Amino acid sequence: MGSATLAPAEVELEEPVAEDEDARDRPWIVVVWDDPINLMSYVTFVFQKLFGYSREKATELMLQVHNEGKAVVSGGTREKAEADVSRLHAHGLWATMRQG
Amino acid sequence: MSEHVERVGAGEIRLRLSREERELLRRLPRELRALVDGRPEAPDLRRLFPPAYEDPDSEAEYRRLTRGELVEGRREALRVLEETVGRDRLTEEDLHAWLGALNDLRLVLGTRLGVTAETYERELDPLDPRAHELAVYAFLTWLQEQVVEALADA
Repeated sequence: MGSATLAPAEVELEEPVAEDEDARDRPWIVVVWDDPINLMSYVTFVFQKLFGYSREKATELMLQVHNEGKAVVSGGTREKAEADVSRLHAHGLWATMRQG
Repeated sequence: MSEHVERVGAGEIRLRLSREERELLRRLPRELRALVDGRPEAPDLRRLFPPAYEDPDSEAEYRRLTRGELVEGRREALRVLEETVGRDRLTEEDLHAWLGALNDLRLVLGTRLGVTAETYERELDPLDPRAHELAVYAFLTWLQEQVVEALADA
């Protein structure tokens, strides 16, 4: 599947963060991980509610989480990503953030 | 299966639950609140407060900034569930709170039970020492599906 286009290579996680201007400016991405408790219908509903995604787009992202184990659901500045992660956490989803 | 959570008008939802089911939904929020207040670092609660960052310093700062609000939002949803569980009609806003509270109850119970994808496929074994908790989990799952459906129906 086309996960490579959305999920940056894992090695980037190992890089020290914010060593220079470029590193600081790189946008952040918000990743939602698969888990066996959150229902597929619920995850789709939350994506629609929080991000205003269409039913189709939200379903597509939910299926990517379900089938591939994770999906990038939003991103932007560090502040924006952190706000999105905390809204996802408020809804019980397993979300993390990192620089893309 | 007949609808137990059914949209009957603009912003109005009809609830059909047995007395036993309502009793259960009154008791579970009390138990979860006791756990959040008494043992906030209990392993059962870890799915309610997952880490945002890999970096420990950023994560500590994230927790400091968000934990209070996350706990408060959850307490409020549990409070609405408890207060409205005896009613036959709910507002749209009530139902959103129910959705969050049911999901939190499932996250905690599911973590304690070690739920996996197969849990949903298995028949309940009455001799399983966890049979009662598994049945509660199955009930919450069934109810949450109905709540999502009713809300998505708007």
